Amino acid sequence: MAEQKNWAKDKNNARWDNLARGLYRFRSNRLSMLGLLMLLFTVFVAVFAPLIAPFPEDASGATNVLERLQAPSETHLFGTDKVGRDIFSRVVMGTGLALQVGTVIILLATSIGVTIGAISGYAGGWLDDLLMRITDIFLTVPALVLAIAISAALGKGIINAMIGISLVWWPGFARLTRSLVLSLREEPFVEAAYGIGAGHARIIFRHILPNAASPIIIKMTTDFGFAVLTAAALGFIGLGAQPPTPEWGAMINDGRRYFPDEWWIATFPGLAIWLMVFSWNLIGDGLRDVLDPRSRR
Amino acid sequence: MNIRFYILRRVVLIIPTLIGLSLLTFAIARIVPGDPVGLAAGPRATEEIKEALRREFGLDQPLPVQYIDYISGLFQGDWGQSLYTRREVLGDLRAFWPATLELTTAAVIIATLLGVPAGVISAMYRNRLPDHVARVLSLFFVSFPSFWLAMIFQTWFGRDLGMLPIGKRLPVLVAPPQATTGLFLVDSLIQLDFATFAVSLRHLFIPALVLSFGAFASITRITRASMVEALEKDFVRMERAIGIPYRVIIFKYVLRNALIATVTVVSLNFGWLMAGAILIETIFDWPGLGLYAVEASLSLDFQPIMGIAVLYGIVFSVVNILTDIVYGILDPRIRYG
Repeated sequence: MAEQKNWAKDKNNARWDNLARGLYRFRSNRLSMLGLLMLLFTVFVAVFAPLIAPFPEDASGATNVLERLQAPSETHLFGTDKVGRDIFSRVVMGTGLALQVGTVIILLATSIGVTIGAISGYAGGWLDDLLMRITDIFLTVPALVLAIAISAALGKGIINAMIGISLVWWPGFARLTRSLVLSLREEPFVEAAYGIGAGHARIIFRHILPNAASPIIIKMTTDFGFAVLTAAALGFIGLGAQPPTPEWGAMINDGRRYFPDEWWIATFPGLAIWLMVFSWNLIGDGLRDVLDPRSRR
Repeated sequence: MNIRFYILRRVVLIIPTLIGLSLLTFAIARIVPGDPVGLAAGPRATEEIKEALRREFGLDQPLPVQYIDYISGLFQGDWGQSLYTRREVLGDLRAFWPATLELTTAAVIIATLLGVPAGVISAMYRNRLPDHVARVLSLFFVSFPSFWLAMIFQTWFGRDLGMLPIGKRLPVLVAPPQATTGLFLVDSLIQLDFATFAVSLRHLFIPALVLSFGAFASITRITRASMVEALEKDFVRMERAIGIPYRVIIFKYVLRNALIATVTVVSLNFGWLMAGAILIETIFDWPGLGLYAVEASLSLDFQPIMGIAVLYGIVFSVVNILTDIVYGILDPRIRYG
């Protein structure tokens, strides 16, 4: 019993060492640290949004027509829109929404993709063929086109947009997971686990997938920014969040008719999207270097 | 295996993919919880009118019958009708598709012309200033929402600087060149109409530039990574040892080895940019598939949406086949099998 404990401890130590080394490499990458700082900033804004926004009620349908279309000033840092809502408050209040949208899309897409990819790679045979053909069909059409079609079919709204995007986002994760599982299932430790009587589910979830985690996490990070962009695109088209939700893409669409004379309505939500996406892309770029030594030498 | 036979086999293999794709889009179109017929018939339509509309579009048939009708129509060139305009979907796609193809191709060319040199420079100056600059710039631009950047560029270049047109493919007063391909640049060249060529190039430039940003980062990254890998091969050391100039080594030997991975990424980007074009087209009033797709999806007009998805599927498959052929040109060792 004592021996077994030590064994487990050693394993954890090895994992901890890897993590510490990775963290060191990540920290020595100044750009990724900048990305992390930017991300922490957006999280901070999202958490304290009601305190930061001077007019939080403007995010939920309040109007003030007397102050419509005002240029940026001290009271309205980012100006006001066509019904007098404070753009700064709406951008701030929309931060949490954008983070949630990205998180939901990535988590949904990862769970679907990893499950399908793991089954496909582990089972092999006809099941693998079938699942991969289905994956290929999804990959034949650009994600945005299918996302538009699915969200339109489900009906306008932010929830449906998230479902639509997740349903087209999983094939990348499925392909990645399958390729990882294909090589991992030949490893001796899998044979050993099978030998001592572990079931298929246990082998997949406790032995194979933990070892496939790094590339999947990188992909989750690098995809996050693009998921936010795609959700904003659907909002911009008019399929995503509906008014008065302070969704950045929909706000840009709102400001489009007033651009460039009342440039502030569309400009600031666009910069907010850029900030969030850029932060995730910087982090993703750094993580790729840490977890995949081949990518940057 | 003979290359002609290989291509033929790949073309035939598109058919099962298309059947799967049509099944997928059909499923999407039929889960519609909304009432497309009600929307199309208008708010004051009576039940009889809606019923007539349903019958006309075959929506009163059982689903399997509807699907078989649809798929057999696909192969016979009958891609259905729009619920709204009553126009043939295939005819509409033929009219709008060249504009999108021209825009996407131009964007892919720009992204490659910017991205490959940026990747080469990054690899040559690995982990030094030019490398970092290229990396930051590519991440910087890919992070913008394209539709937003399109608005900004349209205003800067079109309105403030007055240098370039703000939208459409040609000015109202210029007649489009006689359609051979539908690509204005190609058609005007065929007609030797250089004035129209110049005008349509000016119209194309900003939309294509904005669209290209989406592909710049991935092309730069893959070119850099495969250049770095190729630079460490033995043949490079050998060539340097026998005194071949470094530039010749880079551009003649290393780059050619590295380009195979780049070609893959460029062809993947073609599909992504074709989808991204949907957003850019709405800003620049570019009469392509994008405007058509957005209008159709906002009004739940599903025949056009299904048509667009199938068309994109065909284009993507064809691009994949072309990619495989380019592999063979770049690397004669690759055998088709």
